[in-house]
Parts: sequence; C-alpha cells; structure tokens
Amino acid sequence: MTAPATAVQVKDFKPEVHSDWCPGCGDFGVLTALFQACAQLQIQPHNLMVISGIGCSSNLPGFIRSYGAHTLHGRLLPFATGAKLANQEMTIIGTGGDGDGYGIGLNHFIQAMRRNIDVTYIVMNNEIYGLTTGQVSPTSETGMKTKTSPDGNLEGMLNPMALALASGCGFVARGFSGQMKHLVELYKAGIEHKGFALIDVFSPCVTFNKLNTYQYFKERIYKLEDDDHDTGNFHAAMDKAMEWDPTIPIGLFYRNPDPKPSLDALDPALTGQPLVQQNYTIDSETRGDLIREFM
Amino acid sequence: MSEPEVIVGIGGAAGDGTASAGNTLVLSMARQGIAGYSYNSYQSVIRGGHSWLRLRFSAKKPLNHGDQVKVLIALNQDSLDRHLQELPPGGVCLYNGAKFQPSYDPPAGVQLCGLPVPDLAPDAVKLPVMQNTVAVGAAVQMMGLGFETLSAVFETTFAKKPAVVQKNIEAARNGYDYAAKNFQPLDTPLHPTDQKWAQSSGNDLLAMGAALAGCKFYVAYPMSPATHILEWFANHAKRLGICVRQVEDEISVVGMCIGANHMGVRAMCATSGGGFALMTEAIGMAAIYETPVVVINVMRAGPSTGVPTKTEQADLTQAFGASQGDFERVVIAPISMGDCFVTPALAFDVADKYQIPVLILADLLLCEGSETVATEILDVEFPIDRGQLITTADGSTEEPYLRYKDTPSGISPRAIPGLPGYLYVSGSDEHDEDGVLLSDVFTDPIRRKKMVDKRHRKMSTILRDLPTPMLEGPADAETTLLGWGSTWGVIKEAAERLRADGVSVNHLQIKTMMPLHGDEIAAVVEKSQRLIIIENNQSGQFARHLRAETGIVAHGHIRKYDGEPFEPKHIVSAVNDIIGGQEVVDVLSIEPGWRTDHPTGTSGPWEGLKQVTRPGVPSKA
Repeated sequence: MTAPATAVQVKDFKPEVHSDWCPGCGDFGVLTALFQACAQLQIQPHNLMVISGIGCSSNLPGFIRSYGAHTLHGRLLPFATGAKLANQEMTIIGTGGDGDGYGIGLNHFIQAMRRNIDVTYIVMNNEIYGLTTGQVSPTSETGMKTKTSPDGNLEGMLNPMALALASGCGFVARGFSGQMKHLVELYKAGIEHKGFALIDVFSPCVTFNKLNTYQYFKERIYKLEDDDHDTGNFHAAMDKAMEWDPTIPIGLFYRNPDPKPSLDALDPALTGQPLVQQNYTIDSETRGDLIREFM
Repeated sequence: MSEPEVIVGIGGAAGDGTASAGNTLVLSMARQGIAGYSYNSYQSVIRGGHSWLRLRFSAKKPLNHGDQVKVLIALNQDSLDRHLQELPPGGVCLYNGAKFQPSYDPPAGVQLCGLPVPDLAPDAVKLPVMQNTVAVGAAVQMMGLGFETLSAVFETTFAKKPAVVQKNIEAARNGYDYAAKNFQPLDTPLHPTDQKWAQSSGNDLLAMGAALAGCKFYVAYPMSPATHILEWFANHAKRLGICVRQVEDEISVVGMCIGANHMGVRAMCATSGGGFALMTEAIGMAAIYETPVVVINVMRAGPSTGVPTKTEQADLTQAFGASQGDFERVVIAPISMGDCFVTPALAFDVADKYQIPVLILADLLLCEGSETVATEILDVEFPIDRGQLITTADGSTEEPYLRYKDTPSGISPRAIPGLPGYLYVSGSDEHDEDGVLLSDVFTDPIRRKKMVDKRHRKMSTILRDLPTPMLEGPADAETTLLGWGSTWGVIKEAAERLRADGVSVNHLQIKTMMPLHGDEIAAVVEKSQRLIIIENNQSGQFARHLRAETGIVAHGHIRKYDGEPFEPKHIVSAVNDIIGGQEVVDVLSIEPGWRTDHPTGTSGPWEGLKQVTRPGVPSKA
C-alpha cells in the first residue's frame, strides 16, 4: 500500500514549544523516538493523546503535537484509563518517570497491568529524582549516594520488569534512550499491542545521577534480540528480568502469545461506539422500568 | 385535623432480617398509596449487634422519620429490652412470645402483643426469619389495612420461589388473623389512597438521576454509606450502556472520572469523607484543567473512620477546602431523597457550563434512608445542557484554537480530544490560553494573574444557575430557622408544629452551599428578630461559613453530633430553649430516663428497671 498524500510525518508531531530538559538528558532520545514511532505507525496527531504525571520526564506531553494531559504526580494511569474507556479509538500513551510510576504511583501501575487497559506506558527511568534535584528513587541502586541517602541507599531496587511480568502485563520491554532505532521498534510494537504495554527506558539524568550514566549502560546492556530470547516464554522472560549487572538485557522481554482482550474491548458499554460518541438519553420505556423497580 | 400516621420500629441483630421485614412493609404501604419514610440506625457489623429500622407511614407524605415509635417489632430480646421503654400510650409491642419476654413493665397504655410464632409459622423452627413475617402480618392488621396488598408483595419479592411465597403468605395470614382475634387495633388506622408512590433511597435516586442526566461512566471504591450508588450502577450498566468500574482506591476513582470527563463523557464518582480526602488533589487538577467533574460525598460521622454507619453533616469545611490553591467550585447539598434525584442533573449542567468541579454533599440519612417519591417526579426527561462543548470539527473555530481562551465570561469553548484542528495539552501547572505551561517561565506575573482572573470570572454569573434558598412560612416571622441539606424535612415539620403552638417562625433551607446566595439570605434574616442555625455537626460549620461570607451572626444554634439524625421534637424543644435565652443547644437522641447501659447484641440483666415475670403467651390451640 502506498502512503496517501497526507501521510503523517515526524514534523507533524514537532511542536513550537521546545523542551526544557538539561542538555544531554536521556529524555530527548525518548521523545525523538516517539515522534518516529508515531509517524511510522501513521497515527494522526489528533488521534493521539499523551498523558503524563509529574517530574522532568512528565513534561513530555508539552513537547509533542498531539492531545495531551499533564496530570498529577503518580496519577497518570487512572486518568489514562478513564480517557481510554471514554474513547477507545484514540491511541493513549502514558509517559512518566521512575519516581512517578514506581514510587508514588506504584499501586496504579500494578492495577493498570492487572486491568489490562490498552495504554502504552513509557517510563523514563533515570534511577533518581531529577526535578527535585537528586533524591533517592525506588529504582536507585542499593548503596547509591544521593542527597537523601548521603551514606548510601539502604533499600533494595524495585525491579519493574519482574513486577510487570508478575502483574499480568502482556507486553514487557526495556529500552535505552541511547539506542534510538531499537527504541522506535519497541514503541511501535508496544503501541500495536492490544492491551497494557510497559516500555521502561533507561534515560540517564546527566545532572543528578553520576552512577547510571550513558557510559554505565553502554558497558552493560545487550539486546535480547541478539540473544535468541523467546519473547513468548514467561519463565525465560522472568529469568531475564532478574539479570542486572554486569550485564543488563534490553529489548522485548515478554509478549503474551495468547493475549487476553483488553479491558476496553471487554466492557459491554464500549462495544460498538466509543462512549463519547454514544447517545446519552434514556428512552421513556426504560425510564418507566427503572421507576417500577421502586414499586 | 392531621392525617393519621404510624411509626414502626423494627429492632434486631444484623442478620435477623430487619431490612427485609421493613421492605415488605414499605412496599405494601406504597402500593396502597400510603407514603413512607425510613431510617435505619445500625452498627458496622455483618452479624449481631443492634439494628433499629424506623418506618413512618401516612397518607400525607412524611418528610422525616418522626419522633416516637408507636409499633415496636422486636426480633430479639435485646431489641425488646431497649425499645419497649420508648413506646407511648396507645403503642404496641409485637414479639415472638415463644422466645422472648419483656424484662420490665411496659410504659402505661402499651399493648404487649406476644405472638405464638411456632403455632402460626411452623417453619420458624428451622427458619427464624419467619417470625418477622408473622409480625408484619399482625402489624398490618393492627394498622387497619387489608391483607391482599401484603400478600401480593410476597409474590413479587420471592417471584422465583413459589414455595417461599406460599410459606410467607401463610405465616403473614396467620399473624394477621391472630392479631384480629387477640389484639386491639391501633387508634390511628391508615387509609389507602390512589397516589402512586415509588419507594427508594437517596443512593438509588442519586444514581438513577445521574443516569437520566446522561452519566455514561461511573467509577467508585466501595465505601459506606455511598456503596449502593456503585451497586445500582453495576446492576444497570448493561441495560443502560454505562461503563461502571470499581477500582483500587479513590485516587484512581477520581483520576478515571476526570479522565473520562476530559474526553467529553459525563462521568461521576461517589464516596464518603475518607475517600473524598483522597480525591481532593485531583479535584484541584480538574479545576485548573477546567474539566467538569461531579463528585458525591455521602457524609458519615467522622473524623477518620469515625462512626461509619452513622449520619453527620460535618464535611462542609472539607468540601470548601478540598485541594490546595484558590479555585472555583460548586458545593450543593440535596435537601431530601427526592431532591437527590434531580441534583445530579443540575450538577452535570453546571459543571459542563462552567467547566468546574461540582461537589454534591449528601449524607447517610438521605442516602441509606428511603422515602416514597411520587412517580411523576421521577418520570421526567432532564434537558441536558453541555455548555460550550465542541464535539465535531466543522472548521468554524478560528485558528489557532485556544483551549483556555480569555473570554469575557471566563468560559472557554471546550473541544473534546480526538478532533482534528483543536490539539491542546491540559496541564495541572499554570498555563497560558493555548495550554502551554507558564509555571516554568522565569517569571510572568501578568499572564499568571490573567489566567487566575479568567477562571474566577466564571463565578460572577454562576449563582443565577443554582437553587436559591427556599423560605417557608411567613416572611415577617419573629424567628428564622436556618438549615442546610438533609435537615429540610425535619425542620419543616418542627416549624409547622411551632407555628401551631403559636411560636412565630419561618424556615430557610440552603441547598447551594458554595457559592452562597448571601444577599438572598441577608434579605430574609433582616426581617426576623432571631436567627437559629440547625446543623448535624458539633462546631457549626455552616454558621461559620455564613458569618465569613455575609457577616451574619446567628442568635442561636441547634447542633447534633451523636450519630443520629434530628427528630422534629428535638428541634421544637431546642427552639423554645433558645427563645428562652440559651445560645447553643446540643441535642441527644436518648431521652432522660432511658436506660442505655445494656451490653451490645445480647440482652444482659436490666437492673434498675422493675423486673417482672410474665406468663407464657397462650397457644393458639
């Protein structure tokens, strides 16, 4: 099929507003890859809604031309779930950071995966709190020194890959903002997955995280695609999820070979038209029946 | 001459079937055109404890549960002991005489009606709730009503179980006949009328009213006393095509609700004070997004877990202060169960028109209590006004589209996401007319102020779209009784009684709590010599609000915070106390002289009241 004359291009997603991230921030790569993935999938900007929480990375909806909502710290997934249930014809992408999704918003993250709403969730994981200038995060490495763990982090690291697998997420992937082409492919597959998709992205904070730098990841990461990993094998995915240092896998960990329908496909109220397009008046016969229930 | 009425009290432990006995009675009354009002005092237990359901019946629609129970149906010993003392002369006490005996002499003029349940309903041995059916049959007879309607109620209640229908009809019939032979009928018999009544709770009516107002998305977390709204929606979701979700917490609830509203769907959520506390951050987000949202708080007694099955009007300040920062909101408190039905439509229209959060403050009394509502009130088609909502891309909007355009009214046309040509981002950060954040601009006092002013400007016209305070009684009365929300019916009755006693009072009831019709209230208050504010809380939350908004200081306060709602006699007596010089009257539901030191759930020794020995109830044979 040849692309129509009005084919969507990367420039269609580029806004007049320039991002305010620090020079060298990993989030630039995350955003650029998103432009490319959406253009390659021919998503019309008006059919795309990007919803974020709060944090440096959550400023992303302001830097892409589409519909968007910049919500509250940790609360993007409830908003995104409501938005998707209201209009399942839109592509809903959630974006946020590790503190937002794995800290304050962790409950919603787990429930959204269990609920299997068709939202693609991109977590820019820099293993630090950046916007508040460098405090310990749920994904900060044990022993890491930060402003609020000056003698080293006493707590363990949250493992988003293993958590996602255990929570029933049907699409679990990890990318690196320094590997743009690879990231674009992960996004495309995640967006096309009908159901909740997690793409955790190593997105280095060049200002406040002096441990998990571009160099740190370049020395450790390898692609699962190069490793003969079976993405349909849950247990193999779990094994890969537990791997950390000296080698760290990136790529598609797991895609459920027998995916269940997403919540928006199951809810009987959403069959046919999206809620937002439905007639909302109730006819007088039905109204009469409702009244008779009280008699 | 006032219309005869009967107040029935059904007491038992949770699990004894007080509610189903009450429903049977209420339905059989409503179907004969007799109006009812019911209120259940219960404990937060699934089995055991004490549950006290009061039902007030009259051909003239009762607006509260009244003062004093006339017919006590005691389903266990504890209820018999607790409530026998409360009966007035002419009162009746029905109980299973084969199982229970009064522990003390009844008040003078009270008829003790022990029912030989094993004879009247042999099944009661295996199925103790049959005693309820026998008692209901007897009560109906003593109220002067025929048996047929009651019998028909069993047929619909147990429609799927013909054997159960038959057993219940037999037991009720035996109770009915036994009462006819052995007991004196009540001195206030009830008479059927032609009025068609629907019997429902405030929760059901909030839910149905919202559905008829176009609510297509309902989301909640179970929390008493708001849970039944969720259950109503869940049970009707399929038929009505409403998306109904139960989710992990109230933070998620309100987030989803705002998300769905943001996309253009009318969405609503409900909770009680604790859940509402979790929602508050997001309510501020809806305000700065200018996304309409309707949130119901069914108040219960706090603070914290408080008294979860008891009523109170103490979340007013919470609603006013919900979320940080200055922003526009509407707080409405429905004044009756019937009013619960129309309030969601009002809330949705105002939320849509002004693009602001609208909070509905109901309470346990309204929402778990029930009343008869004339069917014609429910059979209405709400005119739905979505305000300046752009739902199709017809190219008529000027370019570029500014979601937060600074207009004279403060209201900016709202395009629903998904339309070509209207792209915008909503930010919980302060933003400019085009939605671009200003919060990270080095400093921009002019644009920040412009956006705050734009949002605030919406409030300049909003009062005209909200219900004005309702004055009942003579405008030149000496004393004005002022209440808000659920207390309307009880204050109305108290005012009528006071006037009948020659006390010059009128009654002003407030539904629109925020913003406040200050000028209208002042105009009423200026004409009277004494203002008395009546609230179901301890600190006088509305009294303080009125003072803050208008400078009006009330002369007297009637307050109640013992977990139970007001009864008319409480208000009558307290108004007289205030006229007599008292400033604050705290009302308690327990009368002087009543014993309350019994253990919960079981009947302990009743020392201090005269112990009596009663012969067993004679067997029918």
